[in-house]
Amino acid sequence: MIVKSIRENLGGMWSLLVGLRVTSINFFRPHVTVHYPRQCVPTLEGYRGHIELVPLEKDPLKSKCIACSNCVKICPTSCISLKATKPKKAAVAEGADSPAAKVPSEGKKEAPVKKAKPELQSFVLDYNYCSLCGLCVQSCPTGALEFSDDVYLAGFTRQEFVFDLLARLQRQAQKKEQ
Amino acid sequence: MIEAIPTQLIIILVGLAATMAFVGLNAILLVYLERKVAGFIHRRPGPYEVGPHGILQPFADGLKLVGKQIFTPKGADSVLFWLAPMISMAPAIVCFLVIPFGPNVLIFNTNVGLVLILAFTGINVLALCIAGWTSQNKYALVGAARGVSQSVAYEIPLLLAVLPIIFMTGTFNLYDITLGQGAWPWQWFIVYQPVAFVIFFICALAETNRAPFDLPEAESELTAGFHTEYSGMGFALFFLSEYAYMVIAACVTAVLFLGGFQGPVVSGWWWFLAKVYILLLIMIWIRWTFPRVRFDQLLNICWKWLIPLAIINLLITLLVIAL
Amino acid sequence: MKLDLRLDTSGDFYAQKFQPTKREDTLILNMGPQHPSTHGVLRILLEIDGEYIVRAEPVLGYIHRMHEKMAEVMSYPQYLPNPARTDYLHALAWGWAHVGAVERLMGLEVPERAEYIRVITCELNRINSHLLWWGAYLLDLGAFTPIMYAFDDREIIMDILQRVTGSRLTYCYYRFGGVSKDIDDRFVAETREQCTRMKERFKMYKDLVTDNYILRQRVEEIGEISVNACRKYGATGPVLRGSGQAYDVRRAEPYSVYDRFDFNIPTYDSCDAMGRYMVRMDEMQESINIIEQALDTLPQGNFIHPKAPKRAKPPAGDVYFAVEGARGKIRMHLVSDGGKSAYRLKLRAPGFSNLSLFGEVSSGTLISDAVSILGSLDLVIPEIDR
Ligand code: SF4
Ligand code: SF4
Repeated sequence: MIVKSIRENLGGMWSLLVGLRVTSINFFRPHVTVHYPRQCVPTLEGYRGHIELVPLEKDPLKSKCIACSNCVKICPTSCISLKATKPKKAAVAEGADSPAAKVPSEGKKEAPVKKAKPELQSFVLDYNYCSLCGLCVQSCPTGALEFSDDVYLAGFTRQEFVFDLLARLQRQAQKKEQ
Repeated sequence: MIEAIPTQLIIILVGLAATMAFVGLNAILLVYLERKVAGFIHRRPGPYEVGPHGILQPFADGLKLVGKQIFTPKGADSVLFWLAPMISMAPAIVCFLVIPFGPNVLIFNTNVGLVLILAFTGINVLALCIAGWTSQNKYALVGAARGVSQSVAYEIPLLLAVLPIIFMTGTFNLYDITLGQGAWPWQWFIVYQPVAFVIFFICALAETNRAPFDLPEAESELTAGFHTEYSGMGFALFFLSEYAYMVIAACVTAVLFLGGFQGPVVSGWWWFLAKVYILLLIMIWIRWTFPRVRFDQLLNICWKWLIPLAIINLLITLLVIAL
Repeated sequence: MKLDLRLDTSGDFYAQKFQPTKREDTLILNMGPQHPSTHGVLRILLEIDGEYIVRAEPVLGYIHRMHEKMAEVMSYPQYLPNPARTDYLHALAWGWAHVGAVERLMGLEVPERAEYIRVITCELNRINSHLLWWGAYLLDLGAFTPIMYAFDDREIIMDILQRVTGSRLTYCYYRFGGVSKDIDDRFVAETREQCTRMKERFKMYKDLVTDNYILRQRVEEIGEISVNACRKYGATGPVLRGSGQAYDVRRAEPYSVYDRFDFNIPTYDSCDAMGRYMVRMDEMQESINIIEQALDTLPQGNFIHPKAPKRAKPPAGDVYFAVEGARGKIRMHLVSDGGKSAYRLKLRAPGFSNLSLFGEVSSGTLISDAVSILGSLDLVIPEIDR
């Protein structure tokens, strides 16, 4: 009885030494973290940040959005709100023929080819409520939405996360031009 | 005679100031060391942002703690509540007076040095008790109860592990105990008394409430144990005293078992510090490796294993000495 | 000074309900809702006699978010991100339960490739969940290091999953009729690599933790739950398997393509925390086993049904779908009246049943043991409160 318990305890002691060995080996191995503000992790590919508008190929200041409100309707948290002018006759449906290549699940395109395209005036995303589900991106008939890779977001107020995506698009386009 | 007393007094006062500085410096170093070692074991850099390689991190921590609001919980006895951290800290400083750091670096040479250290470190448990009792917090109370029974239980094997050394050297004087050992590792008492060393080290871990015996403050069970309610400097003092006791434990272990300041080639305080820091590193290493033991297991280790082992060890030592 | 702990307990509703007791020498202790070892906002009322627990009672509802009600007001696709928020650690299994229920009601067929992708990602997610449990459990037991090593592995798996799902924790990846994005060769290669790596890591985990004497003392013969108690409370998953009952939804009610894979259902008869611990450790290896088989036999084809409706509108009727989550049997009972949102949706959270055991198991144990038992049940509070 006593012998057994002593043997057991000695075995236990040995297991403790094995544990110490593991930590000491790890002590000398290279670090796996990065020093954040100076370095960033390289593995952001595929990450879904907040959504952003895709510019037209011809006019980087304008988005592909045709203001069909599909994304507004599907969004579970109603965090998209957009404003558009009434359709003008003169306008040419430029965005309509760009295929929504990224959305393979698409059954039928609702792109209005004949009708004039309404002009998008503002496209506001309240990122506070976005659940990054990707439904808006999938439901967009023109492929006007995509995910940004903007992950390093921080702010002091909620208002900072109400993004005007159209203004953002234009800002980015201007930056690219410079 | 009249002249002699003031000199001694001055030495002690200067020594006290020096030990306070030493304690503070050690705490800073240990906090940094602890966090760095933890970081490296976790394969991350540890503190890195404040100062080069984060060496100013302990100062930043200290500053933060000083700046915190001092807060006494409702219903707590505020006098005792704030006395507790001081009771915890004060004896720690006294203990350093009798530790021989080097052949000439010894503030207070007394022939009961070891007794003094054992007695004064025992006061710490009173601080735990008061802190837990007066906090008016159930977690703190449970933590204090754990702390008291743990300290009381582990004092016994601690003393029993020290006794063989006393018998071998015939003195309580830490300086003489150091001189009783040679300069080379095989002349140290750890070679003659390996069992006593292991017991003493385990008890030292338990007495200083270090993991895996950190039950009084087991944060996953008791949030923070006896110092749950302390903020700002009160917490800082407990923190400081914990590290001070760690250093004391390492110092006493170095003196008793590792030849103190004696070392190969040139003896001196550098050997002492090296030994102390190696012991502290081992303590830190152990903390970041093991889970916490349970309370009854902790007492079982003490009563069922350490005390009988220590007694057997003591008897064998006595037999060998007598022969 | 008088320590007035018993009198100063006017407390809230639950504390007062809990209060009446004949004993004079006990304390009522609120563990939680903010307590390091309840991992979230679980609150446990304890009556303690010194270190011993006389009674224990979990108090729930601190993070109730009405996920079931939300299903009644949101359209089917809009509800897609919700299940992931119930159990954020095994989000994909919950998502699967939802899409599975809707697909079954609609009679929508899922392409084979999509099924395989679901199996692979869901199993990766299961490993992730178990790894986090492992780390957090050891944190409860006082070991700080394992959680860091667990996160080392978790990060890699999350990177892999992120490339296809787009998120790192609350995945919204499954769609009615498939998944939202196809996997590519790089995903396959990375997953294979990680499987090989994990096998090496398990050895280290065994050395560092599983064999550790202190850990064994903390989990062996602690919190013994008999199979009958499991039946009584409806406990499933590793808790049930740790009690020796080989019940796994993947085998018992095979869904998707799980019947094509060869895997074991680890069970342990010890009924204690160690049994549950070992079940989870073995399950991770089985998951790797499944992933490797699925990668070997990954068919080509669509990753989503080509005729998958964008706005799912299942016919009237009710349907039941169960999947095996990391914590046990996740079940969705969906009643539809043919409208665009569910008429009623019932989520069965395995954690709820598992937690119900706690009161019975923990009484008479030490506080430290209660923490160990609570950890071994692997609770995710948002899932329990829904
Ligand atoms: S990702 Fe989802 S929640 Fe976010 S805006 Fe798009 S639809 Fe709304
Ligand atoms: S779904 Fe696309 S096109 Fe329609 S409003 Fe949204 S962004 Fe614009």
